[in-house]
Amino acid sequence: MNAREKILNAIAANQPEAVPLPVIDKDTVISYNDVGMQFNTILESIGGKAVYIQDLQVLKESMNADKETGKFIVNTIKALGEVDEYVSSLSAAQLEKLEKAYIKGTVGVAENGAVWIYESQMLNRLVPFICQHLVLVIDKKDIVPTMHHAYEKIDTAQEGFGVFIAGPSKTADIEQSLVIGAHGARSATVYIIE
Amino acid sequence: MAKHAALSEKFIADEPRTDWHDETLWFVRQKRDKAAHGLPGWEQLRELASQIKNHTLSNLEKYLRQFEQQAKANGITVHWAADGDEHNKIIHDIIRKHNIEKIVKSKSMLTEECHLNEYLLRQGIEVVDTDLGERIVQFRKEPPSHIVLPAIHLKKQDVSETFHKHLQTEKGNNDPQYLTEAARQHLRDKFIQSELAITGVNFAVAETGGFVVCTNEGNADMGAHTAAVHIACMGFEKIIPKAEHLAVFLRLLARSATGQAITTYSSHFLKARPGQEMHIVIVDNGRSKQLGRKDFRNSLKCIRCAACFNTCPVYRRSGGHSYHTAVAGPLGSIINPNMDMKANADLPFASTLCGSCSNVCPVKIDIHEQLWKWRQVIVAEGYVDTGKKTGMRGMAYILAKPGMYRFVGKMGRWVMRVFPFMINNKLNAWYKQREMPEAPKQSFRDWYQKNRGK
Repeated sequence: MNAREKILNAIAANQPEAVPLPVIDKDTVISYNDVGMQFNTILESIGGKAVYIQDLQVLKESMNADKETGKFIVNTIKALGEVDEYVSSLSAAQLEKLEKAYIKGTVGVAENGAVWIYESQMLNRLVPFICQHLVLVIDKKDIVPTMHHAYEKIDTAQEGFGVFIAGPSKTADIEQSLVIGAHGARSATVYIIE
Repeated sequence: MAKHAALSEKFIADEPRTDWHDETLWFVRQKRDKAAHGLPGWEQLRELASQIKNHTLSNLEKYLRQFEQQAKANGITVHWAADGDEHNKIIHDIIRKHNIEKIVKSKSMLTEECHLNEYLLRQGIEVVDTDLGERIVQFRKEPPSHIVLPAIHLKKQDVSETFHKHLQTEKGNNDPQYLTEAARQHLRDKFIQSELAITGVNFAVAETGGFVVCTNEGNADMGAHTAAVHIACMGFEKIIPKAEHLAVFLRLLARSATGQAITTYSSHFLKARPGQEMHIVIVDNGRSKQLGRKDFRNSLKCIRCAACFNTCPVYRRSGGHSYHTAVAGPLGSIINPNMDMKANADLPFASTLCGSCSNVCPVKIDIHEQLWKWRQVIVAEGYVDTGKKTGMRGMAYILAKPGMYRFVGKMGRWVMRVFPFMINNKLNAWYKQREMPEAPKQSFRDWYQKNRGK
């Protein structure tokens, strides 16, 4: 008998009497008067930045200004301009100098300031982690109160990879002192389109 | 002396440092409290999580089969390891097959439990731990002292010395920002060049065959999305039924662990990226045995948040290394005796049974009750100090005989008053850190009989 059979047999023999699965009642979960404001407040408290915009014009200009500086900038948002499709085939070594990435998110979560991004939105799984600065864009209508609501709006089985990102990378491993920018992005700004 | 007691004695010899360690961990508990108390519905969430885990444990075989089937359909290779040794061999085989040399690992307590790094080192293979806390203790050749905050026992100066030695940072520069930046540059190189990324698994979803890895640093992702091979290691109890349940656990995990509403990154892996090879190693290593123990199976509900560590007055004042195992704290004390009762017989006794651990556990494990129950099992098996055994037997004898009890009490009070040096000395363990109480002139019984009695 191989390990697999040994283990599964042992589990089958030892598991307790079946108990039912509880039902999650989303209506009993916390709600906010203003999800947008809650999202902002939490995001800022975790070292991120929230910026409200009416349309993408302001962001387009900012991105073009960034590109002019000659730094390695990646745009994955069609509405912002030319999409840098080529990044999907880049290696880590080639992406190492990535300064800033502009990525569209699917949903924003008010209770924790997180944004869900599908693999198809980031083009290359490494992009949102290896960049020095991260810029995420979501629509205000896509901000939901809690994770329960978020999982209703996304399908984690739709693509090979997806991630909730809440603010910039951080650590407190050195004597509990909070340091922003551990291995991932040193800053995370979320532009919210009204 | 019991292992934990002996190791703790060394730890508390440095009283200011012990106080500092105690305060630091309590600070983390307070952050957890702020997050928990600030979330309406916290208790309902705990109850939900507890019930989901109870249900899962009672259908574990079915969910594991489902998870494996789904993961395989997604192109992932699923391995099964009966124990730590098999787990290590499986990983070693993959390394050999691909001629891999450059390996990065993000935090996985399971790999610590299996002693993976040591095993691979014996084969001449080096693994770079990329969680900042883990890298620090790796440089220092120490085990982590906490399952979430591996270097919590170290001060800035300690880290500065270690980094000066291994990363050539400025001597005496203790600034956490400076030190973290040095680690960022050093590890970035390792990520870029990595050929294999080993990660843990926070939650494995039976419904989809996917799994979630939570970090604040982003180190798991930096490795996993670079390396040609990704191996994710999990104890089989990490399974949860459906993706929607992730909401419950992700809402509880970081709040319980560090007081954050969520970790910076909650990465959901379903398939390897194009051109990459992905493996999952499902490990037993005593868990199926624990599953069969009616009194202790609830310990398998654990989501490894370490809230129990942070609140435990004994852990806070003795440090993780006093528990001499990969997983310390209250949780370690209820899972380690199952794996090796003799070696870990001391752990359930390293507790005041205050119950704070059970109080903060996000999945409602009855930790303090299990600690007490383990004591019964350990004593029945005979794994207790002769001194303690004799002492307990002696007490049981005296307490069962009221006349004898009264006599011994009277003698004891008399000796304490007339010949205190006979009690206040090195032979009296109680006297080590405490003064003896003043011996009353009469017992309560005597007083009662005189003033209220028949």
